Amino acid sequence: RLKTSSGTNLVPCVKLCWKILELRGRCPVRFDMSDNKVTVHFVNRDGEKITAKGSPGDSLLDLVINEDLDFDGFGACEGTLACSTCHLVFSEEVYEKLGPVTDEEMDMLDLAYGLTDTSRLGCQVCLTRALEGMEARVPESVADIRQTQDSSS
Amino acid sequence: YDWRRNVMKAELGLLITRSASSAAHQKVCVVGGGPAGFYTAQHLLKACQDVQVDIYERLPVPFGLVRFGVAPDHPEVKNVISTFTQTAHHARCCYYGNVNVGTDVSVEELREAYHAVVLSYGAEGNRSMGVPGEDLEGVYPAKDFVGWYNGLPSNRELNPGLDCETAVILGQGNVALDVARILLSPIDELKKTDITQRSLDALAQSQVRRVLIVGRRGPLQIAGTIKELREMVNLPDTKPEMVASEFEGMAEALKVIPRPRKRLTELMLKTAVDPPAEKERQRRQAASRSWGLRFLRSPLEVLAGPDGARVAGIRLAVNRLEGTGDGSVAVPTGEVETMDCGLVITSIGYKSLPIDPAVPFDPRKAIVPNSLGRVQQAAGLYCSGWLKTGPVGVIATTMNNSFDTAHSVVEDLTSGCLDATSAKPGSTGIGPLLDKRGVKPVSFSDWEKINQEERRRGAAQGKPREKLLDVEEMLKTART
Repeated sequence: RLKTSSGTNLVPCVKLCWKILELRGRCPVRFDMSDNKVTVHFVNRDGEKITAKGSPGDSLLDLVINEDLDFDGFGACEGTLACSTCHLVFSEEVYEKLGPVTDEEMDMLDLAYGLTDTSRLGCQVCLTRALEGMEARVPESVADIRQTQDSSS
Repeated sequence: YDWRRNVMKAELGLLITRSASSAAHQKVCVVGGGPAGFYTAQHLLKACQDVQVDIYERLPVPFGLVRFGVAPDHPEVKNVISTFTQTAHHARCCYYGNVNVGTDVSVEELREAYHAVVLSYGAEGNRSMGVPGEDLEGVYPAKDFVGWYNGLPSNRELNPGLDCETAVILGQGNVALDVARILLSPIDELKKTDITQRSLDALAQSQVRRVLIVGRRGPLQIAGTIKELREMVNLPDTKPEMVASEFEGMAEALKVIPRPRKRLTELMLKTAVDPPAEKERQRRQAASRSWGLRFLRSPLEVLAGPDGARVAGIRLAVNRLEGTGDGSVAVPTGEVETMDCGLVITSIGYKSLPIDPAVPFDPRKAIVPNSLGRVQQAAGLYCSGWLKTGPVGVIATTMNNSFDTAHSVVEDLTSGCLDATSAKPGSTGIGPLLDKRGVKPVSFSDWEKINQEERRRGAAQGKPREKLLDVEEMLKTART
């Protein structure tokens, strides 16, 4: 994404500079720009698997928005912990890696339909390299309407 | 999250669909411009490429309870307005404010002009206690009190008397907790919000120092949620005033209940029963205001003071619980109690009202009888939001409920049972009727002028907006 005004891609140039610095011992950290992305597999309400890539630090809500993933009603309050519509469910293994949950998040998560022990709000879960290849299920947001009673007299 | 991205995407969508809008064959009208109306419209537009959705709203301004119900100190909840704005800007969507369905145009006339009519006009009435003294000065339905501080035109002259020490709120849902919080919040916090200047001035002079939030059942049945309760616990310059004995047996019950109810009950117990840590103890001691929950009390009579006109107290029946959990029922024990107070706010539920005799209405449940959003015995008529399910749930609940109704409409439009292939005039059929009756609709871009004016006035006071309180002023601003 680094370009001059005439369209020359500067990325290889930057990479070369880093390489030179590395070799000269001035930059001990290996800096590889090509795979600075984390892959996430979403499973939508129809059971379909949708794969998307985000940058470390992005929240899962950011990822859904940036990649234009079509989950009905997801993220209504725009990531401000004022709703539970970005509710996602994880496996135990992935859940453990997601880090601690604040009281504020728990308070809103408590309102989510189909709450599980491995539920989180997508707007509060940030991507890290350790989460590469993780799966996140988008749960139903309401009971199957055909199973609920009519609101008739 | 950059909402501007979505607006840009919507504009791109407009470029593509603009040419299609005049040819949109299926006409649907939505009555009510609140969350239910907008979410229903949004879902319809997405699911059907050939549908035109017109939203009719009684007030010049849109957004319903998002504007008039959500508390001023909960601005993030109002973020949904950006998605509603996007919907209103859609090429196949048109907003008509200042149109009163039921008086300016009938539901029958709408049904003739549109293939489907979705009623989403919510709940503008109140459940009353039905006890003597309810009409005394100083007794207000929570909906009206909330409407007052949120600038609902019909509540702008409420002028609630705040010159008493104790206020009693009947009901323990989130509306009751919102009212308690607004009554006791430090003015410095409130003055940065979009609360109306008038109510801010009144609250600055308020002598209310103590608020009791009274419910007819027990702590395990409280309808409020933990976020709102936590806001009370953490409210600056206030201390909790609970009756520890009302929480007997709760610790045992905690072991078997689901996590959301458990965390809420734990917070109540901690606040009511646990001795506070030193810092908290000092904070409570220094507090000038207090709030408390009271349980197992039902109103019997509102009592007047010596002048016979203003409230001075409330007589309550003491209850016991029969059954457990959500299904438990409050049964009077015969014992009676009196609480002194100078302000009573009833927060026992909003209520939908019938707006047109042509629409079936269930007076007992106060909803329009329906099955999956399809109004019974009325083909082409639908309902969404609180009118469909009753006045419970947060915006997300309404969102799901509206999506479900939209789904039913889409099913019917595509299955052929709505005769959607025959042409209907839509708004070109309604426009002349309104014109003849001297009704001038307010467009969405007219609302945007009102919006801009409110924000301009608010900026002068360091507030996000200063709401216009008067319909005439709204109309004047809209016509500039």
